[in-house]
Amino acid sequence: MHINTDKILQVRDMNIHFTFGGGLLKSGRKAVLKAVDGVSFDLLTGETLGLVGESGCGKSSTAKGVLQLYKPTSGQVLFKEENLCDLQGEALRRMRRQMQMIFQDPYASLNPRMTVLRIIEEPMKVHRTHGNRKERREQVIEMVQRVGLNPSDIHRYPHEFSGGQRQRIGIARALAVRPELVVCDEPVSALDVSIQAQMIHLIEALRDQFNLSYLFISHDLSVVKHISHRVAVMYLGIIVELAAKEELYARPLHPYTQALLSAIPIPDPEVERQRTAIALEGEIPSPLAPPPGCRFHPRCRLREAVCSRQTPQWREVAPGHHVACHLV
Amino acid sequence: MKKQPHKRTRDTIAALKPHYLPASADAGGAAPHRYHWLIDLFIQLVKTKPLGAFGGALVLTLVLMALAAPLIATHDPNEMHGMQTLVPPGSDFFFGTDALARDLFSRIVHGARVSLTVGLGAVGLSIFLATVIGVLSGYFGGVLDTILQRCVDAIMSFPWLIIMLTVMSILGPGTGNVILALALAGFAGSSRVIRSAVLAIKHSEYVLAARSIGCRQPAILIRHILPNVAAPILVLATLGLGNAILAEAALSFLGYGVPPPAPSWGRMLSGDGLDHMLRGPWLVIFPGLAISAAVFGFNMLGDALRDLLDPRLTGGARANK
Amino acid sequence: MMPTPMQNQQQAKPILEVHGLIVRFTLRDGALIAVRNVSFDLFPGESLGVVGESGCGKSVTFLSVMRLIPTPPGKIDAVKMRFSGMDLLDASKRQMRRIRGNRISMVFQDPMSSLNPVLTIGRQMREGIQLHLGLSGRSLDDRCIELLDKVGISAPEMRLKSYPHQLSGGIRQRVMIAMALSCNPSILLADEPTTALDVTIQDQILRLIRDLTRDLGTASVLITHNLGAVAGTTDRIMVMYAGRIVEKAPTPLLFKDPRHPYTQGLLRSIPRVDQPAGRRLYSISGAPPDLLRETIQGCAFAPRCPLAEEQCVAQAPSLEPFAPEHLVSCWKAADAHQHG
Repeated sequence: MHINTDKILQVRDMNIHFTFGGGLLKSGRKAVLKAVDGVSFDLLTGETLGLVGESGCGKSSTAKGVLQLYKPTSGQVLFKEENLCDLQGEALRRMRRQMQMIFQDPYASLNPRMTVLRIIEEPMKVHRTHGNRKERREQVIEMVQRVGLNPSDIHRYPHEFSGGQRQRIGIARALAVRPELVVCDEPVSALDVSIQAQMIHLIEALRDQFNLSYLFISHDLSVVKHISHRVAVMYLGIIVELAAKEELYARPLHPYTQALLSAIPIPDPEVERQRTAIALEGEIPSPLAPPPGCRFHPRCRLREAVCSRQTPQWREVAPGHHVACHLV
Repeated sequence: MKKQPHKRTRDTIAALKPHYLPASADAGGAAPHRYHWLIDLFIQLVKTKPLGAFGGALVLTLVLMALAAPLIATHDPNEMHGMQTLVPPGSDFFFGTDALARDLFSRIVHGARVSLTVGLGAVGLSIFLATVIGVLSGYFGGVLDTILQRCVDAIMSFPWLIIMLTVMSILGPGTGNVILALALAGFAGSSRVIRSAVLAIKHSEYVLAARSIGCRQPAILIRHILPNVAAPILVLATLGLGNAILAEAALSFLGYGVPPPAPSWGRMLSGDGLDHMLRGPWLVIFPGLAISAAVFGFNMLGDALRDLLDPRLTGGARANK
Repeated sequence: MMPTPMQNQQQAKPILEVHGLIVRFTLRDGALIAVRNVSFDLFPGESLGVVGESGCGKSVTFLSVMRLIPTPPGKIDAVKMRFSGMDLLDASKRQMRRIRGNRISMVFQDPMSSLNPVLTIGRQMREGIQLHLGLSGRSLDDRCIELLDKVGISAPEMRLKSYPHQLSGGIRQRVMIAMALSCNPSILLADEPTTALDVTIQDQILRLIRDLTRDLGTASVLITHNLGAVAGTTDRIMVMYAGRIVEKAPTPLLFKDPRHPYTQGLLRSIPRVDQPAGRRLYSISGAPPDLLRETIQGCAFAPRCPLAEEQCVAQAPSLEPFAPEHLVSCWKAADAHQHG
């Protein structure tokens, strides 16, 4: 593993807001959904940054915002010093060679009407990285072998493969043009347990082989613990805590991180018997009307008066350990 | 990036391959034969959809009849056989003769050409218009969608017969104009169907994947959207053919169809048939049967194809849950 | 503390007895045996975990018990399938309807698709209770409110007037549990009840099911792919693979001394938050067999098994007692020490 201190990706105060209602003739107020509300983080070259949170916390929107699949409403996404948010059309399209995505659902992310060869070949065609058909085909075969499929499979269609194999096809497609940054959006959550471990190994091995940097999105804290160097926890559109993996799991500071960690069932009845989950009150509030002050305060067991009044500062409380909470 | 057009058509046909069909034998790593699935589809059709296969057989008969009309017909369809008017069916004239002493059998055989030309032409044009509008409207959405769909609404608010009659009155008679009238009356509804199919596919993860790879918009439309709406388009086309033949008959019945003396099934029914129905019932029975058979054949085939090409209806290959 | 169901097991009569269950499907692409010779007993008040990956037959087994498998294409055979003395194989449709939802009730993975979106929660709850318990009017409403209260829903009177889409996933699943428990069933079948929910909600729902069934003396079956989910909430576990039970044991024993290489592999391949991060994750090679396309002669796990020998490929092992209450279907059960 080569982790430099070079930052391959710097996200600065990124906002992604969706506007609803307010049609041509409707005079009603527009509702604004702040899916991502001022998110900042860095990703170092060769590093894996885990981004965890529950459904609706904005982790997937963050991933798509980084890749400009959703255009951020404001903020900066600096990929190797270049602000992707400023790029348009052809310039952005050309940048996409260096940053690829691995998708969650291996059943939905492959075009059912294309063979494996055409699926993996497509990014090479799009970016003209390989001269002719034969070279592309050789590269496809190499990629197919790297991800653990059989070269004779390249003329088959996605439906002829199992979920795990399809995910391998998706990974081969993402890596075919030798990107530097790969955004993994829940790449193992749709897979069976015995296949998950294989996929985690593959993703780790490819990171080292190709010197990739991963932004790894997941709701599963155990998987993230395994694969990441640093972990960021999101809640309702903001990052509430970010730290090196060892630090975060051993010493979670934000009450939400603590609750999240305490809720994971452990596959061991003896440990399970002693585990006490920190119950969260209520449900996640609607992102259309996030609570004032600290967004987590209505569900927080430690809340104080200040929490509902003032938004907590994003502070570095220990080297590399950032948290947004009044009580830390 | 340059591809021969022929190659592209082949790709699109191959892309129609339904999901559930078994993998072609490609264990050796050789490319599977591109058209194996067509044979598989045929076997599936005969095995699981006998009615659809029967429809297919009717359609095939019709096509052969149209292609080999001069060989099959026993007489020139427009030749008048002297005084032999309204001769009942017999060995000289299989289906009898009409009031102008023309051989009805030969006219019906040649009429297949007219029906198919009009049917294929109208459906081809209508599906082309529908696909362009449906795909653009569905994929790009927004203002374009609103404008196109309000136009479609406007067209759909008129009964199709009114549209056809209006177009025919403006353009005047002629086979080409019949085709145009039929297409204009039919494309709006089809474009709605295609648009909704595109809407469903537009949000699929593989289209997002194509964007994340860096595909250009046209490539996304051609490689990812079109092949995946090909199945509904094909079904619309087969069902539309039956309708077009029927509509041409209706136009001819009203006197707006393919101009005489071309043997049109609809005109045979409406002209002579109607006048001499009581003296020569064969004049309405045979053209009526021909129209029914053609429409029935195309509809049955279309229904069967819809079922066979829709992976959701067949459950797909991964039915182990 | 109450005696655990485990201790009562010897004396008690099982509420559900399944012996030699085989479920076949005839599909257009071929025939498929989804469940192969599955036998188990469920005792009153106990909590049974059924663990396996997708397609292993865990759901089909219990859908067959409920006779919810469409036949054809399905075909259910069994030596014995009895629910509190009543033969489920020969039961009429009417008898089955009376059992379903009343004596045996189910909770599914996706609460949104199990609830009718156009009816209020109250309307749907009342329907089931009315049908099976014959309550009406005021007492019916009281019962609904009592149930919602029991599953931890605040302001139950208000929730009765809500539509499913107005509630969050967690609350919807609580409503489903309340409905499932509304007729005091003897068995609660929960098929992946928490898979669609968030981590923090998952834990609450699992504990809710465990506590409620324990209080009511209802036997529960928790069908899941997540070994973590069953570790703290079940008394016994059966692990299924390719349509068969490969291992069956009391929960503590299964985790402490798993004997089937598949169970061992599963346990070691799960990343755990309570263990140091450096630990290398074990992974089972290969993939489960495609039951539709492959014929299985010997042990279905043999192609993926590190201990497989000739015998494993040639002949399928049967589910044999390895220790008291610990059944394993593996030729190498005695050698299969857990390592790592």
